Amino acid sequence: MRNRPLFLKLLSAVIVFGAWEIAGRIPVSYAFPTFLESMSALAALTLDGTIFTAYAETLKPLVVGIIISAVLGIGIGLWTGLSSKFDWLFSPIFVVMQAAPLAALIPLLIMVYGIGLTSKVLVVCIMAMPVIVLNTSGAVRNTPYTLKEMGRAFLGTERDIMLKIVIPAASPIIFAGLRLGVSAGFIGAILSELKITPTGVGDIITYSRSIADYPSMYAAIFSIIVLAVLFLNLLEKIERLLFGGNIRGYVSD
Amino acid sequence: MAMSQTRVAPKRGDEHDVEYAVSVRDVSKNYGDVEALKDLSLDFPRGQLTSILGPSGCGKTTLLKIIAGLLSPTSGEVEVNGKAVTGPGPDRAFVFQDFALLPWASVIRNVAFGLELRGVARSERESIAQKYIQNVGLGGFENSFPHELSGGMRQRVGLARALSVDAQVLLMDEPFSAVDEQTRRKFQEDLLSLVQQESRTFIFVTHSIEEAVYVSDQIAILLPRPSRVSEIIKPTGIRNKGTDDIRRDPEYLDIVDRIWASLRSYVE
Ligand SMILES: Nc1ncnc2c1ncn2[C@@H]1O[C@H](COP(=O)(O)OP(=O)(O)OP(=O)(O)O)[C@@H](O)[C@H]1O
Ligand SMILES: [Mg+2]
Repeated sequence: MRNRPLFLKLLSAVIVFGAWEIAGRIPVSYAFPTFLESMSALAALTLDGTIFTAYAETLKPLVVGIIISAVLGIGIGLWTGLSSKFDWLFSPIFVVMQAAPLAALIPLLIMVYGIGLTSKVLVVCIMAMPVIVLNTSGAVRNTPYTLKEMGRAFLGTERDIMLKIVIPAASPIIFAGLRLGVSAGFIGAILSELKITPTGVGDIITYSRSIADYPSMYAAIFSIIVLAVLFLNLLEKIERLLFGGNIRGYVSD
Repeated sequence: MAMSQTRVAPKRGDEHDVEYAVSVRDVSKNYGDVEALKDLSLDFPRGQLTSILGPSGCGKTTLLKIIAGLLSPTSGEVEVNGKAVTGPGPDRAFVFQDFALLPWASVIRNVAFGLELRGVARSERESIAQKYIQNVGLGGFENSFPHELSGGMRQRVGLARALSVDAQVLLMDEPFSAVDEQTRRKFQEDLLSLVQQESRTFIFVTHSIEEAVYVSDQIAILLPRPSRVSEIIKPTGIRNKGTDDIRRDPEYLDIVDRIWASLRSYVE
């Protein structure tokens, strides 16, 4: 994605939006607005400030959930990846978590934690954390053995080997896990607003659907996707800042 | 870097301490049911190059890693400068058979990595690394990354990294296996002059008979598993010849033949 020229990105955007516009004009369904209708609805939502108050609400569980998932997820991942005992203890939990049908768990969460922020944060975490944990532990466990041995041969301490060999070696896969986790976290945040209490962007979606204002509904969905893409790009920037060299590709030997 | 310029002063004590940098005593190593080494004893004279020669899978890497302190022997012990080895130490540096370079680090950072782990300040370690990058002929590639180098160049990065930490004993695991024959000969000549300049003890694993005879002060021939030293050969007569003349020397050819004769029965 990084090396693809800007032109290609624009071209693919034009194709996708063009297809959307055409599909809206046919129309595929009376509930499917055209691209331009959706964009003008988005402009309207932006101008009267609705979208900002909505995101102020939606971003709370999303950001809190993603930060918790990233910090805790990488922490647990490193831990389970380095110790087979904790791997045995934790991995099954996250494998189950990843496979569990979230919608079925939500009533349970509401029963225990109510309909407030806690439940929504938990939904985000359930969505985001497993893939972060599993990727991190897998990556750490697969650090090339000779690199660790080299660290020992040159008198590295456990901590040196962890910080200068294991984590940099695992970073591409850890970040791949973070990207997947963040995407899943976005889904979780919206899902929680649709299933727990309609607030923020989830509220715009629910409300505009109920009054058949489909352009606004699609405008809200579109804005989420844009935000998610921006967020993923930010993550890529962070990765490059921290582990620039890693993107240079691997020696295959 | 003072150590590399002057010969290590012989320590007082019994004869072994003075003469041998490394002594391996009755070392056995089992991997589960596989007996890799059995009661292997071998002494490595200080300041000389000893080759360990043997067929693939006979335990050369295992022996080298035991000396490095990366593996612990099942029984027996290893002494370096008269002190028993319990783990890796500053007196030994390792050149890995599969390079073990950090793929995300530039050549200079890789070469300086051993010093980085020892807490040497950046400017100091990079100037030391710079010197050895020149020494192994990689000048100009300081900022390249391992995937941009050929196999032989990567191997030289590993060699420069081991030289930079200024250890008295260099453990080299088939350092020339990744290069073509021409480059290999060049490396062998470089190694000979390195041994003369550096007054360090080199332990050199190879499975090339010619290479072993060409570069070594002493050759230890290992037999297939469970390995012991079957023979020690000291090609002293050819050591003082010029690098160009060695390969034509009758003694060189003689020794190559002799080693081949004793190994051929194990190669089917
Ligand atoms: N970690 C291990 N676990 C089990 N067996 C091992 C392990 N490492 C080595 N061995 C076995 O020990 C024997 C010696 O291995 P070693 O790597 O020391 O051989 P080598 O002489 O270096 O071979 P080569 O010339 O191919 O590098 C081999 O038969 C190998 O199968
Ligand atoms: Mg080997």
